[in-house]
Amino acid sequence: MRNRYIKNARVIISLAFLLAISFAFLDIKNELPIIFIDIATYLQFIPSLTQFVTTLSLAALGFAVVILLTLAFGRVYCSSICPLGTLQDIFSFISRKLKKRKKYKYAKPKIKLRYAVLVSVIVLFALGGIFFISLLDPFSIYGRLTANIVRPLYTVLNNMMAKGLEAIELYILYPKALAAAGLSILLLSFAFLVLIGWLSFWHGRIYCNTVCPVGTVLGLFSKLSIYKLGIDKDACTNCGECSIVCKARCIDIKGKRIDFSRCVGCFDCIVSCPEAGIRYKANIFKHGISESGLLQRRVMITAGVASLLSYTGLGKLAWGTKLIEASKPTTIPEEKNFPVSPPGSISIEHMKSACTACHLCVSACPTNVLQPSTLEYGALGFMQPVMDNTLNYCNYECTRCGDVCPTGAIVPLSVDQKKLTQIGKVHFIKESCVVYTDDTACGSCSEHCPTQAVHMVPYKEGITIPEVDESICIGCGACEYACPTRPFRAIYVDGNYIHVMAEPPKIEKLETDSAKEEFPF
Amino acid sequence: MKRRDFLTKGLGAGIAAGALLPLARIKRSMASNTGDKNTSYDLVAVKGGEPDVMFDRGIAALGGMSQFIKPGYKVVVKPNIGWDSGPERAANTNPNLIGRIVQQSIEAGAKDVYVFDHTCDEWTRCYKNSGIEKAAKDAGGKLVPGNTHSYYREVGIPGGKRLKQTMVHELMLDSDLVINAPILKSHSGATLTIAMKNLMGVVWDRRYWHRNNLHQCIADFTTFCKPQLNVIDAYNVMMRNGPRGVSTADVAKKNFLIISPDIVAADAAAAKIFGMDPTEVGYIKIADEMGIGKMDLNQLSINRINI
Repeated sequence: MRNRYIKNARVIISLAFLLAISFAFLDIKNELPIIFIDIATYLQFIPSLTQFVTTLSLAALGFAVVILLTLAFGRVYCSSICPLGTLQDIFSFISRKLKKRKKYKYAKPKIKLRYAVLVSVIVLFALGGIFFISLLDPFSIYGRLTANIVRPLYTVLNNMMAKGLEAIELYILYPKALAAAGLSILLLSFAFLVLIGWLSFWHGRIYCNTVCPVGTVLGLFSKLSIYKLGIDKDACTNCGECSIVCKARCIDIKGKRIDFSRCVGCFDCIVSCPEAGIRYKANIFKHGISESGLLQRRVMITAGVASLLSYTGLGKLAWGTKLIEASKPTTIPEEKNFPVSPPGSISIEHMKSACTACHLCVSACPTNVLQPSTLEYGALGFMQPVMDNTLNYCNYECTRCGDVCPTGAIVPLSVDQKKLTQIGKVHFIKESCVVYTDDTACGSCSEHCPTQAVHMVPYKEGITIPEVDESICIGCGACEYACPTRPFRAIYVDGNYIHVMAEPPKIEKLETDSAKEEFPF
Repeated sequence: MKRRDFLTKGLGAGIAAGALLPLARIKRSMASNTGDKNTSYDLVAVKGGEPDVMFDRGIAALGGMSQFIKPGYKVVVKPNIGWDSGPERAANTNPNLIGRIVQQSIEAGAKDVYVFDHTCDEWTRCYKNSGIEKAAKDAGGKLVPGNTHSYYREVGIPGGKRLKQTMVHELMLDSDLVINAPILKSHSGATLTIAMKNLMGVVWDRRYWHRNNLHQCIADFTTFCKPQLNVIDAYNVMMRNGPRGVSTADVAKKNFLIISPDIVAADAAAAKIFGMDPTEVGYIKIADEMGIGKMDLNQLSINRINI
């Protein structure tokens, strides 16, 4: 009997995760509850691990659950939970249906390459930060694909439909502003789509078994799994059907062995075997050290040492991270010392160390003020989110980016906390201001300022001019966005390297006897 | 025949005709029509009730909504929904007032009642948290996005001094009646925001106005766009830190409502309620001088209603 249930369950679970995560990234109108997004991303390995390490929050134990799952059942993560894994399976599926690649063939493990990539990533993490992990983390790759390529297309589709409905005076759908990421980010996202699409179309799960750091790490654990796939040597007729369907190319039919460290747990082989000779069962007695066991141990030791290194701060010295000195308050037009990182990111340093650039926050931001950076944070902060006040400003009442962030790079803030979190400070260049140059009223900056850190004071007869109070400014960028002067704005926000608490806005009681007023005319 | 059909079929003559479209269209939709009214009042001021009750009393004194709405009319209600804050902050028009205006419009036979604003804060949050979305929908109105560039059409402002052209929301151009329903507030740039200033929420590029003599632009636009009815919410009034406000401490309960077909008169009366002379507000003075309406309340017949 061929046991289909386990494979069917895998397919259903994987599609559920893929859809849920995709919805999270395509939620352009903020209609999903935060809890949905939190659950959909909870088990994502790198984001969860990053969140655990950076926030030490027990709520971020998704990665531990994944390790336990792997120790019990093998790398089920790779075929059920990982959205990039499922995406690759879809490519492979299409390839098979188009009869492009009908058969897979056992491949020898590329052990050295595989561990070399993992060690490099960990060493580079120790030396330079999270950038290389971000680059290779499957969740973040999938996020960038969805956020930067699919989401704009989805938005365009939505807008076309909205426009069509508008023509017949139906306003049930509404268009959403399209804010495409920079060209470099688009190209990189697209390059990964092509690379991973091509690899999976022709070669199955080669990315997962040579490059992916999560795949490699979980492969170390899956060697110790309780449940393992194995070939029943008595039942096997050497027909090779199992090997033909194996996208991981880890079934050695001659040796009647399955390299379980490379098995991604898709269970296709179980279904393929005409003799029902593939067994998936508890295998707690046999733990022979395989041919790659020695190397594996070295990898684990190196990884451990490197990880330790990275938290002693040695990394920064080695890489020579440049800390820009906060200079004196600027007098030069729009001279910004630091980019503005989103509220909840604690500091630019924290953001740079904990963000895997999955762009879930970018997708969730209702105003589009949050955008993938190019070089604002330096080369190693490439693609991490930054506030772009020329596009919009941070909505005073909104905390969505921190609510959805799966890595702890942006920690969730309550609305009250957010309203006092100073992410940057306002700077006013009087000489550029319309009121100064034209002697006409404007006040656009103060109009938008939620704390009145920018307020208007008497200037000439009948008109007022902005005056700024940095102490109550939270750096939301509304003033900068609203300022009508170009190309340089008369008012702008310079980022805080470390976020601080602003003074609360000044609230004085109003003197009024209005209730008993009579008609004044 | 739909207005749009009429225009496309009837005026398909050429680009020259197209250039005149905006002018042709405002005849019905936005030019103030004071002709066929059974009322002798230029302005009604109500005091002392809840916003919706004050509206009921005020509009009745003007002869009822049927004076303004014919059956089948397409009506636009333009509140101030600029900010993501609740009704208690008085940054947006009172939701109960908007609900009642929508309800009365439908009762008077309006086919569709659209409600929109080009907001400052993120618009879906403004619509929701102001309470206006719910109130208007419950009353049968339709909420329409105002923050979408494709909904705006370029129009010429022949009467404008600084503002010669601007992009206006299509609903303003295509509807039969516009009810301008602002809230009275202090305003850091324009001194006060009332009815004339509220019309900045029907144009796309506000930056141009700020850059090119704000008061003059506000007045200029009213030469083009004169809503037939202005309903000013002066129930809770933001006395400082406007137009956004910092907290409820900025708000005083004034408990007034102004209704007038004359937008300048309505603004002048509201300025008085705020405690300012209309001449202190640049755009009111300019609009009066340009003959858009009357700011001298002594020249007007006013119905004052105490509840």
